[in-house]
Amino acid sequence: MSEVLSNNNNSIHDDADNVKPPIASVGIIGWIRHNLFNGPINSIITLAILYILWKVVPPFVNWAFIESMWTSSGAECQQADGACWSVIYANFRFIIFGFFPHDQQWRPLVAMILLVTLLLCSQNRNNWKKSLAYAWIIGLVIMGLLMKGGVLGLPPIESSQWSGLPLTMLLSVFGMVAAYPLGIVLALGRRSTMPAIKSLCVIYIELIRGVPLISLLFMSSVMFPLFLPEGLTINKILRAQIAIILFTAAYVAEVVRGGLQAIPKGQYEAAEAIGLNYYMKMRLIILPQALKVVIPPTVGVLISAFKDTSLVVIIALYDLLKTTQSTISNPKWMGFSAEAYIFIALIYFVCCYAMSSYSRRLERELDK
Amino acid sequence: MQPEPIDSSISIKPESIPFWNDPDKRAIFFQVTALIVVAVIGYYLFSNTQANLERQSIATGFGFMQKEASFEIGESMISYSAADTYAKALFVGVLNSLKVAFIGIVLTVILGTFIGIARLSSNWLMSKLAAIYIEVFQDVPVLLQLFFWYAIFYETLPSPRQAIHPMDGVFLTNRGLVFAVPESHPIHKYMLIAFIIGCTGVFFLKQWARKRQDETGRSFPVIRVSALILLGMPCLAWLAGGAPSAMNTPVLSGFNFVGGANISPEFGALLLGLVLYTAAFVAEIVRAGIQSVSHGQSEAAMSLGLKPGMILHLVILPQALRVIIPPLTSQLLNLTKNSSLAIAIGYPDFVSVANTTINQTGQAIEGVCLIMVVYLFFSLSTSVFMNWYNKKMALVER
Amino acid sequence: MKSLKVLVAAAMVLMFAASLCMAGTLEDVKAKGFVTVGVNGNLFGFGMPDEKGVWKGLDVDTGRAIATAVFGDASKVKFIPLTAVQRFTALQSKEIDVLCRNATQTLNRDTALGLDFVQVNYYDGQGFLIPKKLGVNNAKELNGASVCVLPGTTTELNAADYFRANNLTWKPVVIENTAELQKAFFAGRCDCMTSDISQLAGTRAVAPNPADYIILSEVISKEPLAPAVRHGDNQWKDVVHYAVLAMINAEELGIDSKNVDEMLKDKNPKVQRFLGVSPGNGKALGLDENFAYNIIKQVGNYGEVFERNVGLNTSLALKRGLNALWTNGGLMYSPPFK
Repeated sequence: MSEVLSNNNNSIHDDADNVKPPIASVGIIGWIRHNLFNGPINSIITLAILYILWKVVPPFVNWAFIESMWTSSGAECQQADGACWSVIYANFRFIIFGFFPHDQQWRPLVAMILLVTLLLCSQNRNNWKKSLAYAWIIGLVIMGLLMKGGVLGLPPIESSQWSGLPLTMLLSVFGMVAAYPLGIVLALGRRSTMPAIKSLCVIYIELIRGVPLISLLFMSSVMFPLFLPEGLTINKILRAQIAIILFTAAYVAEVVRGGLQAIPKGQYEAAEAIGLNYYMKMRLIILPQALKVVIPPTVGVLISAFKDTSLVVIIALYDLLKTTQSTISNPKWMGFSAEAYIFIALIYFVCCYAMSSYSRRLERELDK
Repeated sequence: MQPEPIDSSISIKPESIPFWNDPDKRAIFFQVTALIVVAVIGYYLFSNTQANLERQSIATGFGFMQKEASFEIGESMISYSAADTYAKALFVGVLNSLKVAFIGIVLTVILGTFIGIARLSSNWLMSKLAAIYIEVFQDVPVLLQLFFWYAIFYETLPSPRQAIHPMDGVFLTNRGLVFAVPESHPIHKYMLIAFIIGCTGVFFLKQWARKRQDETGRSFPVIRVSALILLGMPCLAWLAGGAPSAMNTPVLSGFNFVGGANISPEFGALLLGLVLYTAAFVAEIVRAGIQSVSHGQSEAAMSLGLKPGMILHLVILPQALRVIIPPLTSQLLNLTKNSSLAIAIGYPDFVSVANTTINQTGQAIEGVCLIMVVYLFFSLSTSVFMNWYNKKMALVER
Repeated sequence: MKSLKVLVAAAMVLMFAASLCMAGTLEDVKAKGFVTVGVNGNLFGFGMPDEKGVWKGLDVDTGRAIATAVFGDASKVKFIPLTAVQRFTALQSKEIDVLCRNATQTLNRDTALGLDFVQVNYYDGQGFLIPKKLGVNNAKELNGASVCVLPGTTTELNAADYFRANNLTWKPVVIENTAELQKAFFAGRCDCMTSDISQLAGTRAVAPNPADYIILSEVISKEPLAPAVRHGDNQWKDVVHYAVLAMINAEELGIDSKNVDEMLKDKNPKVQRFLGVSPGNGKALGLDENFAYNIIKQVGNYGEVFERNVGLNTSLALKRGLNALWTNGGLMYSPPFK
C-alpha cells in the first residue's frame, strides 16, 4: 500500500527525474502480476488453486461457522447440517480435565497457568539466570502439590484421576526436564574415549532410537511389572513417564552430540592446557557453548516429545486425546469425531506452533 | 534389556578422586565399575523376572510360536487362516507392516518433494499453501491424524449396499475402496519375466551409453529409452500372450463385495495419516536441500552450456541429495516406526498381531522383545544401507 | 555421584523387596488398608464409572464385597481400570490384589498364566449383535461378514473357531478399545459384533437407537466370568472365593441387605453360622466373624447386586438365566457355610 501512496505523491510533483514506473509493475496489481501471473504456467497454477479454494473454502466455512451448532444438545446436532461444536461446549471440562474432581478443577488450571507463565518468562534469553532456574524448581514443586493435594487443606487426588490436558503437559514437561540431563550424560558418554562407556552409550542410544515409542510403552505397561521384585509396584503414569524419559533422552543425546562435535578441538585443548579436569572442562568450557548451538534442535525434540505423549492413549492413560475419544464414544455425541478431533488438533497446533516459531526466532538471534 | 544409562556419568567425575592421578588406570577403573554396575542391575532385573515367572508358573520361551494361533487376521498378503501357527501369524504382521511402510515411503517421497518444490515456487499462492500445509501437518500428533482419518472414513462413507460408484468397477464404501483388477492369467508371470529382462537390458544400456560418452563425447537419451524398454517389454509379452483383458470385477454379494482388490479403511487411514504427516517433514528437508545449492552453481553450469535437464541431473541434484539424504532417511525410518500406531486403528500390522499374541499366550516378555527386535532389524538394516550409500556419495564428491 | 545414588537406591529397593516378599496377600492388604481391584473401565453394568466418577457394576460390587469381607467397610477399595492386555500382568506383578474384569476362566489361564480363578460371578456365553435391517436371523447366514471383535480375548478365538467349524468366511475388524469398537460398529464399519452376550446387551444399551439392533439367539461358547487371584496364595484365594459365595449363599437363605439385621435373630442354625452369630467361619478364613453380615449389609446378596447392575430394570435388561440360583434352574450354587 505504501508503495501506491508514494507513487501518487511522485505523480503530484511530476519531477522529470522521477519517472514513475508503469502502474502495472508496482502496487497491488504489480504484486499480483509478479507473484501470481508471471508466465503462463504460473497463471494456470494460480487459477487452478483459486478454483480449488473456491470449491473447498466456502462449503467449509458454511459447515464450520454458518450452519454449525454451538450450544445445542446432541440430538439437535443430529438434525443440523453444519458442524456440531456443541460436542466441545458440552464436554469441555471433561476433555480438558478428565476425571479430576469437578470442584477441584481450579487446581490443574492454576498449575497450567503457572506453567505457561514460566514458559513465557523463559522465552526471553535475558531472563536466563540462576533465578529463573530456581523459579522453575519452585514452580514445578507447586504444580506437583496442586495436582497431588494433601497439604494446605487441599484434598488429596489419586494420580489415577489425573487426566486430560494436565496429564499431557505433565508427561511432556517432566519428560523433557528429566530427559535433558540424562541425554547430556549419554552424549558425553558417547564422545568418551573409554571404549566400554562409549559402547554402552552407543548401544543404549541406537537401541532406543531403533524401536518405536509404542514398544517402550508396551514394555512399561505389560513387561516392566515383571522386572520388579515381588510386592514392589510403580504406578501406571509413572511407568509411562519413565518410558517417555528414556525415549526422549536418546534423541536429546544425539542432538547434544551434534553440538559437542561442532565445538572446535582447540577449545578442548585450551581447556586442558589451563589445567581443568574433565568435569570442569565440560561444565565451564564445552557444554555452555555446545548447548547454545543446539538450542533450536532441542526445541524440535521438545515438540516431538509433546506430540508423542499422545501415544499413551494406546496403553489406556487418559491424556487429552483419550478424554476426547471417550467423549465422542458417548452415544449422545457419536458421529461428531471430526469436530472434536479438530478442536484438540487446534490445541496441539497452537502449542507446537508457538514452540517452533520460538525456535526459529532463537535460531535467527543466535546466528547474529 | 537396556544398558543402565546413568553409569556413563562416571566419565564425568574421574578427577573427583584426588589420589589416583593416572588417567589410564582411572579409565580402566571406571569402565570396570560401569560394566559391573550394568551387569549387577541387569542380573537383578533378570533374577526378579525369573523369580516372578517361576513363582506364578508362567510359561516362558518361544515354544508358543509353533502352537496354533487360532485367531483370524483381517488382511494378509499370504494365505493365512486361524489354523496356522503363531509364527506364521507374526510373519503376516511383518509383511503387513512392510507393505504399509513401503507404499508409504514411496508416496511420502513423491508428495514431500512436490510440496518442497511448491514451497519454493515463485507463485505466492502456491508457496503459501505449501507453507500452511507444512505447519499444520507437522504440528498435529500423527496419532490424532490417524484417528481423524479413520473416523472420517467410517463415519462419512456409506455401507456397501449404498456404495459410491464413481466409475466402472470402483466402489467406495465404509468397508474400503474396492476396485477391479485384471483376472489372474499365466501371462502375468511372463510379463514379470519380461520386466526383469528389461531391467537387465537397461543396466547394460546405461553402461554402454556412459562408455560411449566417455569415448566419443556423444550422449545417449538413456532415460527415455529405458522408460520405453521397461514399459514396452511387459506390454510385448502381454500382446504375445493374446492380450487377455478379463477383469476381476467386484460384485456385491451378501454383506460385502466379492472379488477385485480391496483397500480397507484401516489401511487407507494409516497410509493417508502417515504420508500426510511425514511428507510435511520431507518437504522441509527437500526445500532446505535445494536451497543449499548456491545459485552460482546453476549459473556456472549454464555458462558451460549444459541443458536445463542436465543442469538439474548433473549439478543440482547430486549436491542437493547429499544434504537431503541423511535427514530424509531418518524421516522415512520414523514413518516405518510410526506405522506401529496401526494398532490404534485396527490395522493388523506386526505390533498389533504381536499384541494379540501376548494376550493369548500371556507371554509379554517374549512378545515385547519380538516387537523390538523386528523394528531394530528394520532400523539397523536401513542404517547399514545408508552408511554404504553415504560413502558412495562421498566418493563422488572427490 | 549419580551412579552412587543409583547404587544406594538399588540397595534400598532390594531391602524393601526382601521385607515384602514374605507376607501373603491377605496380610499385605490388611497392612496397606485397602484392596486393589482390577476392573474393566468401559463396560457398562460390570465396571464403569458413572458421570460423577463413582464406580458401578457387577464386577465392581464383587470387589466391594471382598473389601467388606476383609475390612468390614465397602469403601476400602481402589479400582484400577485395565485393558485386556494389561489385566493378567497387572495381577501377576501384584499391581492389583484381585482381578474382577469379566475374565473368562480357561484351562490355559488357570495354568500357564499363573492365575487361580474363584467362584464364577457371571455365567455368560458369546453371541452376535446385528443391525435389524440386515435381516439376518441365524448366525450361519453371516458368511462373508465383517465382524467387530475385541482383540486378544477368548471372544476372538471363539469367533474364529465358530466360523471355521461352520465353513464360513469372515473378516475380523479388531480395535483394542471397547468404546472405539462400539463406535465403529454403530457407524456400520462391520456387519455384526461378537462378544459375551452381557457385553452385547451393554453395547446395545448405548446404541444411538437400541431398537435397531438385535442379539441373535445362538450362543457359541461358554464364558464363565470369574474373579482371579495369583496362583499359590491359597489363603487369599479362599477369602475372595467365599466373599463371592457369601452373596450367593445369602440369596439361597433369603437374606438381603434390608432384612439382614432381623435375620441376626433367626433361629435357623444355617443362618446363625452364616452371619457369624455362632462363630467359626470367620476364624477359619482369617476374617472377622461377621464378614458375611457386613457383605450383605453393605453390598447386598447376589440377586440384589445382579438386579442393581444388569437386571431387568437396568438398560441392559438381562434375565437371570444361567445366573439364577440352582433352585430356580440356574447354576448359582453355594457350598454350605459350615
